[in-house]
Amino acid sequence: MRLVFKRTGAAQPPLPQRAFDLMCLSVAVLLALHAPHLPYGLTAGLGFVLAWRWWQRRQRAGRTPTWLKLPLLGLLTLAVIGSYGTLFGLEPGAAFAVGLLVLKLLESETVRDARVAMGFACFALMSALLFGQGLVATFVVALGLLPTLAALRALEPAQRPVRFIRELLPGVGLLLCALPLALFAFLVVPRLGSPLWGAPSSQQATSGLSDSMSPGNFTDLLLDDSPALRVNFEGMLPPTNQRYFRAYVMWDYDGRSWEHVDARLRPTVAVEADAAPVAYQINLEPTHQRVLPALDVPLEAPAHAQLRGDRELIADRPVNDPFNYSLRSVLRYQLQPTLDERSRQRGLRLPAGFNPRTQALAAEWRQQHGGDDAAIVQAALTLFHDRDFHYTLSPPRLGRDAMDEFLFVTRQGFCEHYASSFTVLMRAAGIPARVVTGYQGGYWNALGGYLLVRQSDAHAWSEVWLAGRGWVRVDPTAAVRPERISLGANAAAFGQLPWYRSGWLQDMRNHWDIVNQWWNEGVIGFDSIRQRGLLTPFGLRDLDDRMLGVILAAGSALFALLGLGWALHRRERIDPASRLMRALENKLGRGGIVRRANEGPQHYLSRAARALPAQRDELMKLMNCYLECRYAHDEPPPESLRYLRRLVRDFRVRRVFK
Amino acid sequence: MPALTRYRQPESLPVELHRRRIYIVPTGFGIGFAVLLAVMLIGALNYSNNAALLLTCLVGAASVASMLVAFRTLDGLRLVGIHAGHVVAGETAELHLEFRTRRARQALRVDLGDEHASFGIDADGQARVRLTMPTEFRGWQPMPRLRLWSTWPLGMFRAWSWLYPQHAILVWPRPEASGPPPRQPADDTQLRRLQRGDDLAALRDYRHGDPQRHIAWKASARHEQLLVKDFEQPAGQHEWRLDWQQLAGLDNETRIARLARWLGEAQALGQPCSLHLPDQQVAAGNGPLHYAQCMDLLAMLP
Repeated sequence: MRLVFKRTGAAQPPLPQRAFDLMCLSVAVLLALHAPHLPYGLTAGLGFVLAWRWWQRRQRAGRTPTWLKLPLLGLLTLAVIGSYGTLFGLEPGAAFAVGLLVLKLLESETVRDARVAMGFACFALMSALLFGQGLVATFVVALGLLPTLAALRALEPAQRPVRFIRELLPGVGLLLCALPLALFAFLVVPRLGSPLWGAPSSQQATSGLSDSMSPGNFTDLLLDDSPALRVNFEGMLPPTNQRYFRAYVMWDYDGRSWEHVDARLRPTVAVEADAAPVAYQINLEPTHQRVLPALDVPLEAPAHAQLRGDRELIADRPVNDPFNYSLRSVLRYQLQPTLDERSRQRGLRLPAGFNPRTQALAAEWRQQHGGDDAAIVQAALTLFHDRDFHYTLSPPRLGRDAMDEFLFVTRQGFCEHYASSFTVLMRAAGIPARVVTGYQGGYWNALGGYLLVRQSDAHAWSEVWLAGRGWVRVDPTAAVRPERISLGANAAAFGQLPWYRSGWLQDMRNHWDIVNQWWNEGVIGFDSIRQRGLLTPFGLRDLDDRMLGVILAAGSALFALLGLGWALHRRERIDPASRLMRALENKLGRGGIVRRANEGPQHYLSRAARALPAQRDELMKLMNCYLECRYAHDEPPPESLRYLRRLVRDFRVRRVFK
Repeated sequence: MPALTRYRQPESLPVELHRRRIYIVPTGFGIGFAVLLAVMLIGALNYSNNAALLLTCLVGAASVASMLVAFRTLDGLRLVGIHAGHVVAGETAELHLEFRTRRARQALRVDLGDEHASFGIDADGQARVRLTMPTEFRGWQPMPRLRLWSTWPLGMFRAWSWLYPQHAILVWPRPEASGPPPRQPADDTQLRRLQRGDDLAALRDYRHGDPQRHIAWKASARHEQLLVKDFEQPAGQHEWRLDWQQLAGLDNETRIARLARWLGEAQALGQPCSLHLPDQQVAAGNGPLHYAQCMDLLAMLP
């Protein structure tokens, strides 16, 4: 940013208006790309400054005076510090960079200024991808390169004037030409083993499930239909009612919310499989958390993750980028067949002084059914099914005795309410119970052969411990709204969702998701491990960085050769008349009249006419026509050429044998 | 650097640029952009952000491709002609360079000393570029080296080539600012007699006001309108004889400057004159061609 000091030296050429317009467009695209993570006020302010500058320069070219620029710079700095508390780090840095770029336009009046601004715009465009590297985002950023490249082109002198929109087209060509080399470099540029500096910020808002649950806080999640994970099964796809992906197991209830406590130190509980395990891979979208959802009960931990006490999977690092892992799970099992006393106590603990009516109901059931735990579970499910309970995504707010209010007054809620109240009922009745959150259902993408699970498939259910059976999953939501389990969250919430999530549009979105899946697998998921295995089909295992460097150099050289071949290629432009003459020579040559090296066309054709007296007229006509095309004009007239072409085409040597 | 000096020898037109004489270096902006790309690359790798890495690779590859485009902007360009206007020593000469190509091109620039011009070539493959060149002395002035260059398309690479055409322009001598008028030849009585107009030159149509005695009656009888006898009429003027030898006692350059001034005055007045130099003569005449011929001779004097 040159704000204060002056440059000396030769006068820079002024900036053409077209180039400035393109610069403004480029910065506007950039601002739009960064808008999702910038404070609203900053976006609006920068947008206003940009629009004003564009309008002002159309009226009269000239730098904005310093008395205006300096306060704006100060204001920008204050705004960024005010919003983020600092100027450093990814988000404030990006905000500051975008702001500086807009301010740079205020003083861009020379070609040099414009080049600096556009170079910096490329950098800022790339930084937009650090906030989200989805397919659409990347594509839009690549489109954002077009006005930037066009602005750089427009700085060159002596161009043919074209319409504004046509300015953008050559950039497309350039990028398409560059794409093969770019893809190659992308494949073989050695990846860093560990980050050079402060890894991606962890302050980013976590998305998806959280490690605590209180009735009502899933609402945002259930309305968010971004993909959460994608699952490839190696064998059969499990039926819908068995597609429970466990994330958190929650034991601790304080009367309001359920908390997950990382069971770091407790030994992993035993599981006895009653059926063959299911093998699958999960491609998890970034959650910025460490938990890895797994189908029901996983048998072992994948790489870079650990299996915790309640068979939850905890990754070594928060998942900030799409993460792939392979697992084996059992769907029919006995989880923790013997419950130790500490766990039993924990599974029965309820906060004192909350939900008296619920406790009373549970005590009543206990009296009624005696020692039959299964009968009490059934009683609770019957309650949910038969009483007037409703499944709704916008339930009324609950007061202090939340479960009492829910069970006896409002009776409206979704999975969280049902799971929570069911678990409280069970505990009050003396059955060890806990809440499990995760995802349930998903959309089977037949084309891609994977199960797409969206955030809106988030679900909460209960597990009760029954003697001889271990922890048994009970989904009270299914008792209220069976469609939630069999058809998915969308069907359950029918009529309560925004327009784009219903019907055929949602189907289309589900189909389209395969492209995202390819992008995630092919581009975003291309990590150093896959890079090392890149040339395995060619017998080169485990490429190290040196080898990759060699491949990069060799490949670049190859591309350089290709490019040079293109650059040096000159199309031989043969005069069309000469080409026709050559065709005629071939015909005559087959008839035995070969043109001698020292023979001009006139002499040659006269000789041919003497040799073929029957075709004398024809040959003379050919000769005259050729001579006219070749020598009478600078550029042979098209009608003469057409005539000559027809003559040559129709000419046949008719040998007369004597 | 022998490659850069290979074309020090002047070469005859047409001059065609080809790969062995086109050089490419990154511009300052290109170097800065490369640094920026390196920062982007490290950033993308550090955040292990593959989309950003892909974008960085794409921008980098596009920059490299722009180098080839820059080369192709110059490759195959031909300088086929140089046309110079008349110029007097000390003034700037106007040159017209004529370029031919097979493809259309844009954003070409040509430098001649401190003079810059930019031009594009349309699909017809022809372009004329106007340049000016300062002159100092009369006589043949060889063309200096021309630099033809372009930073098309992105301004990151500069492709350039030196042209050293074997071509010189003739600079006319500078007329002196002031001095005596040309001396009249003493024996001009012969010419005066001619002025009387006795020699019959031709017949022409009668114009209102012609004297009656000039009408050619016999000839008019055979035509529809009156014909008049036309006589040579030098109109009171006579030829200036500009002679090198008359200016004895002056040095050569002063003589040339004076002759140049007289020629200029004669040209301005439409006055016929003849030029007599030590070993060359120009017969009497006037008009721009005559003037140019005389000035050329003066310029080429040793």
